[in-house]
Amino acid sequence: MSEPRLVEVRRNVLKQNDVIARALREQFRSAGVFVVSLVSSPGAGKTMFLEKTLTQLQPRYRVAALVGDLATENDAVRLARSKAPVKQITTGTLCHLEAAMVQNALCDWDLNTLDFLFIENVGNLVCPSSYDLGENLRLVLMSVTEGEDKPLKYPTIFNSADVAVVTKNELADAVEFDWNAARTSIQAVRPGMQIFRLSAKTGAGMEEYLSFLVQQLAEQRAVAHI
Amino acid sequence: MGIVDAAVDESQRRGVHVSAVHLRLGALSGVVKDALMFSYEVACQDTALQGSQLIVEDVPVIVFCPQCQQERKLASVQLFSCPECGLPTMDVRHGKELEVFALEVSE
Repeated sequence: MSEPRLVEVRRNVLKQNDVIARALREQFRSAGVFVVSLVSSPGAGKTMFLEKTLTQLQPRYRVAALVGDLATENDAVRLARSKAPVKQITTGTLCHLEAAMVQNALCDWDLNTLDFLFIENVGNLVCPSSYDLGENLRLVLMSVTEGEDKPLKYPTIFNSADVAVVTKNELADAVEFDWNAARTSIQAVRPGMQIFRLSAKTGAGMEEYLSFLVQQLAEQRAVAHI
Repeated sequence: MGIVDAAVDESQRRGVHVSAVHLRLGALSGVVKDALMFSYEVACQDTALQGSQLIVEDVPVIVFCPQCQQERKLASVQLFSCPECGLPTMDVRHGKELEVFALEVSE
């Protein structure tokens, strides 16, 4: 065997995912559907938040959801109560969604019939940050019970997100949540990120966030038709 | 694991034996270095890379500061502000890398 030598290969490990994500983004744009992905830690309240989002958008907009979960279909069952089309992606042992899974899950859906598509990632604040799903907006959800410094503990996922939602606000007083400290830590890892503070349970603050989504949909469609 | 797949693919295309994989790992890649090092050996089992070494080069986050008009290295991924002038910035130029950069090979 000859002496070892060094060869430069420069292979982006996630290139395959990025290629599929780009194709998805183009597919979403041409169908005129606005796609929001949700990331959070386990137990932050993604499913309740998404259920309320679907239910409240439903009368005026055509909405659907994909839900990633390790093993159960419980989330899809809960979300189906909103009457919106919901499909579960069971990832098995995988701790995150990848673009190919989204592509497979959507293969028999007509995206032209939708205004909003929500993709709920597996509850995890580490791995989902590396995988582009072709979404238009990545929403990171944290609850007041998780502590104000969550963004500093998981800076990569907060940095990769476009908008932050702080939920379970009805519990803020009970856990002495320091809103200014939370805002400071979010802005430190992701300067300029818009933050919504709300309670999915009581509905307080949902209206402002839903108006924001509707505005995003309008802007995307305006750009798509230029 | 994608790293092993990429390296195996390269070794097959070039018809070479790989003894080490050089990886560039950005601080914002979302990959935890220790977990990666730990799982590498397992991922290599029963592949052409079995027994190879993983050499990780850490890539810090480099942002562009619009005020200084210069690229700056972040001291911490917990503070996206220019380390010189303090202006917050999200213009990330480096730090998201997860790249098989080079292979140590023999024919």
